[in-house]
Amino acid sequence: MQSHLFNPVDFRLILPEVQLSLFGLGILLTDFLLEPRYKYWNAVMAMLGVGFSGYTLWQLRRPIADQGDIYGFSGSLLVDPFFLFFGFLFLAATALVILLSVRYMEIEAEHHGEYYSLMLFATVGMMFMTAGIDLIVQFIGLETMAISFYILAGFLRDDRRSNEGALKYLLLGAFSSGILAYGFSIMYGMTGSTNLRVITAEFIRRAGSGMDLLVVLSVTTVAAGLFFKIAAVPFHQWAPDVYEGAPTTITAYISVASKTASFALLLRLFQTAFWPARPSWTLLLAGVAVASMTLGNLAAITQSNIKRLLAYSSISHVGYVLLGLVAAATGPQVNVTGLKAVAFYLFAYAFMNIGAFAIVIVLRRQGLIGDDLEDLNGLIQRSPSAAVLLLIFMLSLAGVPPTAGFVGKYYIFLSLIETGHYYLAIFAVLYIIPAVYYYFRIVAHAWMRESTDPVRPVISPAQALALTVTVFVSLVAGLYPEPFVRLASYSLFLPFTPVGR
Amino acid sequence: MDFFHNHILSVVLFTPLVGSLLALFIPRENENAHRVLGNVFGILGFLVSLPLIWWFNPSTKGFQLIENLDWIPSIGARYTLGIDGISFLLVMLTTLLGAISILSSWSAIQARVKEYYLLFLLLQTGMLGVFMSLDFFLFYVFWEVMLVPMYFLIGVWGSERRLYAAIKFFLYTLAGSVVMLLGILAVYFNYSKLTGGTYTFDIPTLLASVSQSSDAFRTWLFWGFFFAFAIKVPMFPFHTWLPDAHTEAPTAGSVILAGVLLKMGTYGFIRFSLPLMPQGVVARQRIVGVMVALSIISIIYGALVCMMQKDMKKLIAYSSVSHLGFCTLGLFALTPMGLSGSVIQQINHGISTGALFLIVGVLYERRHTRLISEFGGLSTPMPSFAAVYMIITLSSLGMPLLNGFIGEFTILRGVFEVNKTWAAWGVIGIILGAAYLLWLYQRVMFGPVTNPANEHLPDLNLREQATLVPLVLLALWIGVYPKPLFRYLDVPVRQIVERVNPGYYPAERATAPLESAPAGAPGAAPAAVLELDKHPTDSHPSPSPAEKE
Repeated sequence: MQSHLFNPVDFRLILPEVQLSLFGLGILLTDFLLEPRYKYWNAVMAMLGVGFSGYTLWQLRRPIADQGDIYGFSGSLLVDPFFLFFGFLFLAATALVILLSVRYMEIEAEHHGEYYSLMLFATVGMMFMTAGIDLIVQFIGLETMAISFYILAGFLRDDRRSNEGALKYLLLGAFSSGILAYGFSIMYGMTGSTNLRVITAEFIRRAGSGMDLLVVLSVTTVAAGLFFKIAAVPFHQWAPDVYEGAPTTITAYISVASKTASFALLLRLFQTAFWPARPSWTLLLAGVAVASMTLGNLAAITQSNIKRLLAYSSISHVGYVLLGLVAAATGPQVNVTGLKAVAFYLFAYAFMNIGAFAIVIVLRRQGLIGDDLEDLNGLIQRSPSAAVLLLIFMLSLAGVPPTAGFVGKYYIFLSLIETGHYYLAIFAVLYIIPAVYYYFRIVAHAWMRESTDPVRPVISPAQALALTVTVFVSLVAGLYPEPFVRLASYSLFLPFTPVGR
Repeated sequence: MDFFHNHILSVVLFTPLVGSLLALFIPRENENAHRVLGNVFGILGFLVSLPLIWWFNPSTKGFQLIENLDWIPSIGARYTLGIDGISFLLVMLTTLLGAISILSSWSAIQARVKEYYLLFLLLQTGMLGVFMSLDFFLFYVFWEVMLVPMYFLIGVWGSERRLYAAIKFFLYTLAGSVVMLLGILAVYFNYSKLTGGTYTFDIPTLLASVSQSSDAFRTWLFWGFFFAFAIKVPMFPFHTWLPDAHTEAPTAGSVILAGVLLKMGTYGFIRFSLPLMPQGVVARQRIVGVMVALSIISIIYGALVCMMQKDMKKLIAYSSVSHLGFCTLGLFALTPMGLSGSVIQQINHGISTGALFLIVGVLYERRHTRLISEFGGLSTPMPSFAAVYMIITLSSLGMPLLNGFIGEFTILRGVFEVNKTWAAWGVIGIILGAAYLLWLYQRVMFGPVTNPANEHLPDLNLREQATLVPLVLLALWIGVYPKPLFRYLDVPVRQIVERVNPGYYPAERATAPLESAPAGAPGAAPAAVLELDKHPTDSHPSPSPAEKE
């Protein structure tokens, strides 16, 4: 971590982000030239950007394999398998949402280039959140992502629900960013550095001298700020309203990409600076996890709007992922199973949740939003393939084998039992039951109710591609999880070993 | 042929799945093609399971016809199939009842035919997988996979309250199985702790490893697994899903539910719960006490509730609670007689109750009601139906020379060795069983035809005969000459009893006269047995069920 200035070699480390930004800016420029019926070229451009960025990211795998984790920009960026894994996850989520968006935004009559460039900017933000190991980089990444999302959530300008959701998201989001920044400032105040490696070394030194109120304060404030982003109880209130109001494509995007990115940031922080203080936060995380599972699962039972229902269910999924982190942080050594569980769960969650929202998106047509449970009635007669896909996504979200969701939950339980958290395991396991109940309410509407609506949903080729990919991952990661487990093991980010030893 | 021989279990397991995949490619409008396809694969599923009769060697210890492939090496889960005598009988029962219930659906299912046969075949694969899996992970996957098609069979093709019944069935069963998942993980970690980091889900290995664990751990495990199986069986007080599910399900669904699905619970008790039982006499007795009490309550309560039913299907559903109570009573007597009787009775229950549901289905297809009061004097318009129904009723209530008698007698004989009071309760259950079944028969079949709608009901047609006659023949055969079935059970039952009730065999030799030998009886165990129990590995090595050829 020498104090040399800009090193041109470092540039390749941020090439994926640079490419995305350039394509995002390019879309803003070319959007003016396109007639309304050619607006889909914006989506093609965005997909190209994602493709190039993905290719560059894939190329980074070599240098990492050769020289291990690469630090860049005076030690403020870290390019490691963890970053590659999450970077690909963000890009995959972005690509899927772009595929789902074209027809949807045409129906909404809000098909503008800004939509796609904002998505690319949000992806850039997420990648910096994951790659940064400097508080400033992480915070800027987070804000880039969040601001893009505030705008995207309110993209349906003529829809009051969309506006309301966006405003709520903005106000509460700004507040939580403030709390997070406050936590960061305490960390800076204690250590005199924004670099996580320096901060970690200092926190390790402090951990030797017993309970430290400042450390606890910084952990709590940072956690509170991040809990908002991942929509964990008690910072979840925005989620149902934003999910309901935002365009469904953006709902899918927020629920998956924003959440995974915030988890990546959370893992980075909790496994570096806060790692030495873990006795003081495992209980906090466990409590938040149980509260999230309880509230998410119980509140979802009574919802009649699919987007709200999935919002509450995603709160409960957050609880499961947090339990994986709790297991990882139990004991003197890091529990690798717990970290694997978190990675696998987030991976599976990204695909199955986008898939579930994709069905709602497919239902959208002129004059029907398609987000009410009643809108699903008799889907099996109108579109058997959509009904079967819906069933698979619901099984996976509920955690019934042989689906990806089951293997993810299985790993969470495994890590909990391995680390002796029997009561948490019992909680986690029993909450599958209400989950199955509400997910199968959706299935029952699609499979067992008579249809009141003769119109067959039309699936565009792009949407069909997105559905194929999501269902493929949801099923294959359940039937033959081995390659995906290996991927999760590859992506592990282990806590820093004490510097100078 | 070699391939077929080496992979016979996989072939039996996946034949129905192939059928359901083929069904995907036939357009839904072509309903008869789906019916033919479903039946072809139902019967084919039974036919490919027939070679098992010759290839399975009943005198070999341990599991046979094993297939073992890598599946998820990173957690140690493998694709392992294998059967012993107990699972052999249950596999045969499943393929037979599957073929029969698919045949029985020909005219009963008129809506959404494609999905029906597709899901039914999928269900077959799920159930067979449960009986064949020798890997806990695989077992759990099949155990859950099978819930989904059953949920749809009840929820889509059921009667009025089908949505409620379907989700109730799903949630109840799921509640038990997720707790079992924790139990499985506990055994899994226990093993890796013992071996220093080797992970496996191999069922025989894991069950054998438990013998080195403390009784407290084993007691916890037992109750962890208990919920999954007790709900499935179902034992009182976990039985409330069953009347709803049975009553609302279509006929074929009820047949499979009663005939096979409930057996998964008792199978689980035999395969997992018994070997997990604690070694210490006191801890074991406590468990046996609870299990026997619940079994007896199930027997008596189920029978009494039957008396009060107005709906035929509900009556037969509650009779299942009572009959399955016999099976669990026999199991937890922990004697060879009780165990083999229990397995035989499971097969019998599949045959008799399966047939009873078919019989109700026959009436329901003609009259679209299941209320007992709607019928009466049916023996006049439907003579051959009356004959079949009579034989099945007698078989179900335990008439000598029919199958039910063999099972119940053997169970009671096994229970009697241990405790005479338990056996007495069982006998009361048999008497009550005779009462409600005969009373039902009397109300439906005898007397004058009071309801004009019943006057010209057609008798059994050829297809209905084809579904019922095989079951009647089986009932007669088992009743007259059950020895072949017992031959399959001798070896596995002995292995289990040697393990869970190590005092049984030596005590039997020491004190020959039966009256004075409540051998291995909880509470009456001689001091020598107690001593053996404390040091199972010293003088009486506990046999490892891990022997796999």
